Amino acid sequence: MNSEPALQLSATTDDGQTELHDLWVIVNGEVIERRVEPRLLLSDFLRHTLGLTGTHVGCEHGVCGACTILVDGVSMRACLMLAVQANGLSIQTVEALGTPDQLNPLQQAFRECHGLQCGFCTPGMLMTASEIVERYPNADEAQIRDLLSGNLCRCTGYQGIVQAVMACAKPNLETK
Amino acid sequence: MLSAHVGSAKIIAGGQSLIPMMNFRVVQPGVVIDIGRLLELETLTQDSQGGLICGARMRHNAMIESPLAAAGWPIIPQALRHVAHLAIRNRGTIGGSLAHADPAAEWALLAVLLEAELTLSSVRGDRRVAANDFFLGPLTTDLQEDEMIIQVRFPALPKGHRAVFHEVSRRPGDFAMAACAVILDFDGQQIRSARVGLMGVMDRAFRLTDLERALMGQRPSDQLIREWSADICGDIDLMNDRQASAQFRRHLARSLVARCLAEASGLHGTSGGQSHSATH
Repeated sequence: MNSEPALQLSATTDDGQTELHDLWVIVNGEVIERRVEPRLLLSDFLRHTLGLTGTHVGCEHGVCGACTILVDGVSMRACLMLAVQANGLSIQTVEALGTPDQLNPLQQAFRECHGLQCGFCTPGMLMTASEIVERYPNADEAQIRDLLSGNLCRCTGYQGIVQAVMACAKPNLETK
Repeated sequence: MLSAHVGSAKIIAGGQSLIPMMNFRVVQPGVVIDIGRLLELETLTQDSQGGLICGARMRHNAMIESPLAAAGWPIIPQALRHVAHLAIRNRGTIGGSLAHADPAAEWALLAVLLEAELTLSSVRGDRRVAANDFFLGPLTTDLQEDEMIIQVRFPALPKGHRAVFHEVSRRPGDFAMAACAVILDFDGQQIRSARVGLMGVMDRAFRLTDLERALMGQRPSDQLIREWSADICGDIDLMNDRQASAQFRRHLARSLVARCLAEASGLHGTSGGQSHSATH
């Protein structure tokens, strides 16, 4: 039943047993193949199945932005996707950016501009910011604020975050 | 597949409304049918009569960035910039938004304003429904349980028309407390035809048909616009909730209609919603 390429029945039961689905996905450049329950959220797949706990889960209904990841290069909410919907797609989480020893330019800018405090919103902020510097490099401050409006921060405030993104959102700056 | 699971199945496209509802267990479908791989529903073309043919899986951001939509239907990208946030616009679709039928959804207002025609498909065949007949109430449409939206057609608009959209919400991306869309077609300085739509104030988006008729042949001025907008929504019950009182919504509706009419007539500064544009 689930071999149909176009239309996938993503939840079926027979005698209370949930049918598992094959999932083929690229996560941070690595090919991952797993069998998953159809009802599993992508955010839970990343955190619990793969152990990539950098993707944070805040509100679980698309409001807070903490779980924002890149799917085929554009930002999406991991809590508003089923893992099976990511089949065949390429995903980047915050783990793809830099390492503690070697921060990527955005992470470095967040550090320098005091763009984080408790750090809960930071992974989502960084992933949205990654899309901004990649796809909207000419955005001015007002546009950056608008593009960031889907990510909530409850402690640092947005000043430092916006400054960090502005520092990186320049066409010639090296961003990854 | 949908007809085999009538009553327990839900179609999922972008999932930006369905999955939050599933996460809250407000909706518990037995079967979810993913149309995410149906590439034939992710197309945007123009037909021989100049209409815009939009596949049901077109994402909000793809429409915002479409040169075709911007050239003939500039009100579409103007309004869609107000849809939620970047990550939601990257994933949510026109078909999903119309089927969900939130009273404060920009797509619903656009469909009613632009007199869109929806193609609904089932194993029984296809049928076409005018947007005006499709929306029955909040989260309620004419879509039957075995049907799905496959296509939306927007008829051509007069060349050189002026379009303005404005919305008021607590923060950018929040649900609209009120929004207004105006399309004016001028013959010299006189209005040849007018369309005025409101959303977020009642249980569904609607057109101000009396006002539209009254505007025909008129030459707008500040004084006239004040008069035209003074009585709007005077005799209907508006939504009254935690977001905004009915009284405040009435005030917003009048202010927004006046502002949109003035800008579409070239009377005030014409920012036309461009302050939020993500140009690149």
